[in-house]
Amino acid sequence: MKFIRKPLVVAVSALAVVGMSTAVQADYPEEDITYIIPFNPGGESDVTARFQEPILEEELGVSVNVTHQPGGGGAVAWSQFQNNAEPDGYEIIGVNIPHIIGQPIQRSDAGFETDDWRIVTFFHSTPNALIVPDDSPYETLDDLVEDAKENPEAITLGGSGTYSANHLDMLRFEEEAGIDLTYIPFTGTGPLKGAIEGNHLSGIFNYTMLGTEMEDSARVLAVASEERVKALPDAPTFKEQGYDIVGGAYRGVAVPKGTPDEVVETLEEAFAKANEEIASKQEPLGFVMEDITGEEVDEVVAMLREAYEPILQSASEED
Amino acid sequence: MDMLLQALSSLLTIESILTVLVGVSLGLFIGSLPGLTATMALAVLLPFTFSMEALQGLIALGAVYMGSIYGGAFTAILINTPGTPSSIATTFDGYPMARQGRAYEALAGATMASVAGGVVGVIFLLILAPPLARLAVAFGPAEMFWVAMLGLTLVASLSSGSLLKGLLAGCIGMMLSTIGVSPIGGETRFTFGFPPLQGGVELIVALIGLFVIPELLTMAAEGRGALPSGGEMRKRELSIGRIARQIFGKPVNLIRSCLIGQLVAIIPGAGGNVTSLVAYNEARRFSKDPSSFGKGNLEGVVASESSNNVMVAGSMVPLLTLGIPGAPPDAIILGVLLMHGLRPGIDLFTETGVLTNGFILSMGLAALMLLPVGLIGGRLIHRVVIRTPYYFLVPSIAMVTILGTFALRNSFLDVGIMLALGTAGYFLRLIGIHAAPIVLGLILGGIAEQGYVQTMLAAVADPVPWLRLVENPLSKVLAGLVLVGAASALIPIWLERSGRLAKVTDTTEANRNREGEV
Repeated sequence: MKFIRKPLVVAVSALAVVGMSTAVQADYPEEDITYIIPFNPGGESDVTARFQEPILEEELGVSVNVTHQPGGGGAVAWSQFQNNAEPDGYEIIGVNIPHIIGQPIQRSDAGFETDDWRIVTFFHSTPNALIVPDDSPYETLDDLVEDAKENPEAITLGGSGTYSANHLDMLRFEEEAGIDLTYIPFTGTGPLKGAIEGNHLSGIFNYTMLGTEMEDSARVLAVASEERVKALPDAPTFKEQGYDIVGGAYRGVAVPKGTPDEVVETLEEAFAKANEEIASKQEPLGFVMEDITGEEVDEVVAMLREAYEPILQSASEED
Repeated sequence: MDMLLQALSSLLTIESILTVLVGVSLGLFIGSLPGLTATMALAVLLPFTFSMEALQGLIALGAVYMGSIYGGAFTAILINTPGTPSSIATTFDGYPMARQGRAYEALAGATMASVAGGVVGVIFLLILAPPLARLAVAFGPAEMFWVAMLGLTLVASLSSGSLLKGLLAGCIGMMLSTIGVSPIGGETRFTFGFPPLQGGVELIVALIGLFVIPELLTMAAEGRGALPSGGEMRKRELSIGRIARQIFGKPVNLIRSCLIGQLVAIIPGAGGNVTSLVAYNEARRFSKDPSSFGKGNLEGVVASESSNNVMVAGSMVPLLTLGIPGAPPDAIILGVLLMHGLRPGIDLFTETGVLTNGFILSMGLAALMLLPVGLIGGRLIHRVVIRTPYYFLVPSIAMVTILGTFALRNSFLDVGIMLALGTAGYFLRLIGIHAAPIVLGLILGGIAEQGYVQTMLAAVADPVPWLRLVENPLSKVLAGLVLVGAASALIPIWLERSGRLAKVTDTTEANRNREGEV
C-alpha cells in the first residue's frame, strides 16, 4: 500500500499548491484522531493536551482521543510511532525538544531518528530559568558566578532529567561563565520543589513555570529566553547579563514523514486556534506560546541541535 | 472556623453529595480491576471535570481517588490480587482469611479500616497541614535512600520461612528495577538493543503478573476455585457489629497504622505503595502473636487498609501546601488545581480557603460513604466471586488482567512482560519465592538508586562523599532505624541457627502453597 500511495501523495500535494486545497481538505478528518502523549498523565504535556482536546474537536469536527504511552523519557512511544504509525494524520504524537534531539545522539538504541518526523507545530516553549530560594546568599547571577569561581563544584543545582533542556543549558552556562557547578538530575519538577524548600540544593535550573509557581518562596536569577517572560517581568534574561543562552523545552506535535501537506495544514490551523484560546490560561503559568510551523521548525531544530550536539557528543565519548 | 462552616454548607448540597456517591462507586469499581489504577481512574475522569466548577471537579476527583484506593482491597482479599499497588499488604492476611471462608469478615474489616483511615487523614490535613509540610521537605535524596533501605528490611519479615529465599526475591525485584532508562544519568540499561525496553518494567505490570497469573494458574491446576463455596461461608458470617468491636475495641493497631500512614504519605515519592507495607510490618512486629500474621489475621488487613486510606488525604499535605505530589495520582489533582488558577501554597488555605476546605471535607465525606457503598458492594462482589465456577472465573479474570495491562501504556510488550513474569512467578512460588518481596525490590530499588546517586553527585566536592548520606539529623535517625530493622530480623535467625534459641519457625505457610500439588 505504502508504495502506491507515495506518488499519489506527491500528485495530490502538487494539486494543492495549484490551489485546489479546499477540495482535498474536505476529506480530512473523517475519523477520530488519536493524540499520543509519550509521558505520564499529569505532566505539562498531558495537561496541555487536555486543554487542547475540546478546541481541537470543535475545529476538526471529530473526536480527539488523548492516550498515554509513557516510558524511556518519551522514547518508547516515539520509536513505536516512527515504526508503525500510518502517514494519514489520524495518529498524532506529542514531541519535545531537546528530547528528540538528545536521545538519538546519546543512546545507541533510542529507536527513532530526529529527522524522521513531520513536525506539525511547536505550540509552546518553556524557557529555562535559574531559581534560588528566598534565603539564598545569591541576590544576583553575578553573586552566584563569583562564589562558583571560589568554590568550584560546591554549588548544587537541581534540574529535571539528564541531558535534558535544563542540564544542557546549565552546561552551556558553565562554559560561558567559566565556572564549575554540580548538576543533580531529578525525575520531573515535583520533587525539585521539595528539594529546594528543604534546603537540599543551592538552587534549581528548571523552567519558568517553576519560577512563577514558587514566586513567594524563591528568586529567579536569570531566564534563558530572548526577551523577558510575561509571567516573570522582574526576572532578567541571561542575555541581559552577558551570557548568550537561549533555550528550554519546546512542546509540539508531529505526524509520520510522508503525511500529505493539507493534512498537516489542517492540523496546524487547529493547533493555532487551540493556542489562541488557551493562552490566557497558560501564559500566567510561565509558558511562552509559540506558533512554529513549516520551515521555522527546521530552523529551531537546527539551531538547538548545533548548540547541544557538541555537549552531547563529548558526554557520550566520556562514557 | 467560619471558613470551615462555609465550606461545609457548600458541600451539603444534593449535587455535591451525589457527586461524591457516584465518584466513590466509580472509583471502587475501577480500583478493584487489576491494572486500572487510581492514577488512571483520575486521568479518565479529568476531561469531565473541565465542564464542572472548580469545587465540583475537585470533589469528584477526591471521591474517585478515595474509592479506587479502597477498591484495591476487594481483589486483594478475594483473588489474592492487589487492585492497586497500595493494597499489596492486604493480600497477606486478607486472602488467607477468604480461603478460610472468612472473606466477608475481611471485606467488612477492610471497609471499616478504610473509613477510619480516610477520616483520620482528612482530620490531619485540616489541622496539621503546614507543620507536616515542613516535615515533608526534610526528606531529601539522602533521606529517600534510607527510607528505601528501611523498606527493604521488610523483605526479612515478608519472607515467611526462609530469609535466603526472601533476599533472593528482593534481589530479583531490584534487578528488574534497573531495566530501562536509568533514573539518574539517563543511560539505557539491559534493553538488549530492543528500543521498547527503554520503558523498563512498570510496577503495575509486574504486580499483575506476579500476583494474578500464579493465582490463576493455581486455580486452573487445582481444578477448583480458591474460595470455599457459599454455604459454608454463611454459617461463619459474622455480624458487622462483632467485626466492628474487634477492630475498634482495641484501637492500638488502628491508631498506629493511621500514624504510620500519615508519616509515610507526606514523603514525596514513597506514597501509598509503601505505606501499607510499613504499617503491616509494624502491626506484625508489635503483635503479641506475630506468627498468626500471614495466616488470616484481621489485624493485618486493618493495618494495611487503614494506612493506605490515610494516604489519600495525607498525600495532599505536600500537594496543597507546596505543590509537591506525594503520590502519583496527586499529580493529576495538581494539574486540575493549576488549570483553575489555584496555585498551591498558603493562599489555598486563606484566600481560597472555602474551596480548599470544601475539597478536604468532601474527601472526609467520601471516606464515610465508603461504609454503605463498601458493605453493600462487598457483599455483591463477594457473592459473584464465590458463586462463579472457577472455569468461568479464571478466563474472565485473565481477560480483564490482559486488557488492564495493555491499557496501562497501550503496550503489547507490557502484556508480554506481564505474562512472562506471571509464569516465572508461578514456578518461583512453587519453590517458595514469593511475589511480595520481588515487588518490594522493584518499588524500592529505583528509589534507593536515585537517592544514592543524587547524594553522591551533590557530594562531589566533599572530601569524604559517603558522609553526606548521614549528614542531616533526619538521615541519621533513618539510618539508625535501618540498622535496628536489619538487626531485629537477622539476630534471631543467627541465634536460632547457632542453637541458642529453640527453633520456632513453622512451615505452615510453605505447606499451604504446596497443597495444590498433591
